[in-house]
Amino acid sequence: MKKFLKAEEMFFRVLMFLSTTLIGTVLFLIVFSVIKNGLPYLSWEMVSEVPSGGYYFGKEGGILNAIVGTVYLSLGSTLLAFFIGLPVALMMNVHLVRYQRFVNGIRLILDLLWGIPSIVYGAFGFTLMVYLGIRASLLAGIITVTIFIIPIMIRAMDEALKTAPRGLLEAALSLGSTRSEISYRVFFKQCIPGMVTAILLSFGRAAGDVASVLFTAGFTDAIPTSVNQPAATLPLAIFFQLSSPISEVRHRAYAAAVVLFGIILVISLLTRIISGKYKKNRINF
Amino acid sequence: MDHTKINISKLNLYYGRQQILKDINAGIPEKKITVILGPSGCGKTSLLRCMNRLTDLHPQARLTGNILINGKDILNTTDDITSIRKMMGLLAQRPYPLPMNIYNNIAYGLRISGRMNKRMLNKRVEHYLRQVSLWDEVKHRLRDPAVALSIGQQQRLCLARGLAVDPQIILADEPTSALDPLSSQAIEEKFNELKENYSIVIVTHILRQARRLADHVIFMYMGEVIEQGPADAFFENPQQEKTKLYLRGMFY
Amino acid sequence: MSSFRIKLSRSLRNKVHGSWMTVCLVFVISMPVIIAGGLYWKSSVLLHDHGVFSLIFSKEWKPLSGQFGFYPFIISSIWVTMTALILAAPICLLTAIHLTQYAKRWVLKIMHPVIDILAGIPSVIYGVWGILVVVPFIGNHLGTWLGKSVSGYSILAGGIVLAIMVIPFVLNILIDVFNNIPTELSEASLSLGATRWQTIKFVLVKKGLPGIVAAFGLGMSRAFGETIAVLMVVGNVSRIPSGLFQPGYPLPALIANNYGEMLSIPLYDSALMLSALILFVVVLGFNFVSRYIIAACDKRC
Repeated sequence: MKKFLKAEEMFFRVLMFLSTTLIGTVLFLIVFSVIKNGLPYLSWEMVSEVPSGGYYFGKEGGILNAIVGTVYLSLGSTLLAFFIGLPVALMMNVHLVRYQRFVNGIRLILDLLWGIPSIVYGAFGFTLMVYLGIRASLLAGIITVTIFIIPIMIRAMDEALKTAPRGLLEAALSLGSTRSEISYRVFFKQCIPGMVTAILLSFGRAAGDVASVLFTAGFTDAIPTSVNQPAATLPLAIFFQLSSPISEVRHRAYAAAVVLFGIILVISLLTRIISGKYKKNRINF
Repeated sequence: MDHTKINISKLNLYYGRQQILKDINAGIPEKKITVILGPSGCGKTSLLRCMNRLTDLHPQARLTGNILINGKDILNTTDDITSIRKMMGLLAQRPYPLPMNIYNNIAYGLRISGRMNKRMLNKRVEHYLRQVSLWDEVKHRLRDPAVALSIGQQQRLCLARGLAVDPQIILADEPTSALDPLSSQAIEEKFNELKENYSIVIVTHILRQARRLADHVIFMYMGEVIEQGPADAFFENPQQEKTKLYLRGMFY
Repeated sequence: MSSFRIKLSRSLRNKVHGSWMTVCLVFVISMPVIIAGGLYWKSSVLLHDHGVFSLIFSKEWKPLSGQFGFYPFIISSIWVTMTALILAAPICLLTAIHLTQYAKRWVLKIMHPVIDILAGIPSVIYGVWGILVVVPFIGNHLGTWLGKSVSGYSILAGGIVLAIMVIPFVLNILIDVFNNIPTELSEASLSLGATRWQTIKFVLVKKGLPGIVAAFGLGMSRAFGETIAVLMVVGNVSRIPSGLFQPGYPLPALIANNYGEMLSIPLYDSALMLSALILFVVVLGFNFVSRYIIAACDKRC
């Protein structure tokens, strides 16, 4: 009986070790295969030029339209989500801190919203566009993506604010501050690294998502000069180019994927560095 | 002359770079209640954990020295650790019932050690529940989840669970700290009954509890043993300065 | 006099901030209702002509002749999700147990960023990887081993890609679940003479079971709604799939692929909005039940 137990444990430990290494290996595989297939086709022209007429048939041009479009879109929606999300997160942790059940209810709703697939947000954005009479444009894309990332932004900020010590609120109140002053001047400042992480996280999600911009932001070869013009986005560019029958174009898609990957990786690293750096300097209560 | 059940010599415990126990030399007498006494943070819980090698659970724990139980050094042995651990029952500060019903909590230890038919199992479960005076309270709801019991009942259940594997030693880490006075009293009375058959080691920082229960005392401070000996001698005639200060309530 | 002015502006700012906060809060809380309402409004046109159940269970998808049967797509979605779950679940569980019970510190230090990076990779890139690696693997290698000739664009490909996407998400939750079990429980089991493995089997997994189930529930809802990566590798053929190696057409892919023709064919947009609504309801349901289980377990434990 003891022998059987030992064998069983050994068996599962091997399995466990294998599955853990599997995950690491898969990551390596993904990074490796994307870079291997995309890097050879990556060139300076690609990143700095907009597509000329024949781009999708294999001629010159680049994906600058998509890069800039993504930046505009993500920046715009992250900013908007920040302006709407920060007050909510602060309210949950400062003004409503007495009503814990209500706040937990809000957290539940946020978690539910966070779990809704982005295609549903895209479809909803589309109905909104029709209702408001907006065409497929940067504006419509920004609105949709904002609604998409608000739950992510609020939840991430909420996690950061939750760690602020309780005594902080009491101390600030006893000094005669108003609630909003406490929120913005005290709590926000205390949790800045967490806030920055939340912003970066949301930016990353906004930049990488396809389904929410598919219907709403349109696609164009030009760089949009106003919010009412359609905008190309990098993930969408990759998606379209991949379905092309011309292999040259498909290769360009892989190169664009490397660019996107690079952007996301930089954001991830920034997030890790910032939260790591600030953890060292912060006063821990 | 009483036998020494556990003989600890030159024991040092390190968690990473921190030294928790410094050169401990102590003896736990057989079939008596030994109380390990001392202020919070003095290392008494760590000492208890060394005795059944629960320190193995911490990746950074390092032990040097010897702990001899029945003459065998459990720190430097090739024997299977689970058989060593079965010699000792553990009672923690808060009751931690296993996520099963009352019956299975007791039966768990029995089932782990080997096959047993249903009738034997039933008998043993009843026996140990009677031993902690829990039988009459739970006999009609043995299949209820253990978490449904009150805290005092849960702690008695954990005691019965520990007894079910036939240990020779009972290790108790502040066993009444989460209990109300009535349940605490029940547990303390149990210990007094059990010491006829088991060697009991209790960690506590409650001086009065020590006075009530102890036959033998080990007093610790900052990771070292300051004084140890029979309870009467310890309480009536302490030798060390620190012991005197502690007994007078100068620090706790 | 000036101190009164300062007081006024501070109190005014407080009020303005407070009002804006309340407005935003109300907006955020009512979002689920607004979204559901918007989608329902758009799909109500179709729903008036046919009942919900007839739409879900009918098998013909011929938009040009006004036939909208969602059944093949729902079945595809279920197939892909279940495949992903069957592939991901053992890996997640084993890895979570390994990381929380057995692994040394340096392993955890490496695995944390690995999991975070995997979680952050956009779905398009998973799709690219799927096309580059998974599809050829199934088409050329796996298929020939088993004696089938398939293109590789299949439910299996979708399941594999989806599994990898879901793993970091579920793994993080499982790690939390196991870390939240008090160590004293393990200690109690060990001091009864159980081995590490017996403790894991009989005590830890049992104690963490609600959390484990909830984690998989959340993973499933994630998998059900994932659009782009699956779309790129699953084949997009609107028939009921007859096997793992056959192509499928999950519900999100349906919406994503046909948005272009939406407005040109009557009732098409309504149908696609109904698909979105179905997705919304299913995902919401799964999420709600899973989160409820987690919350209830937190209270009891």
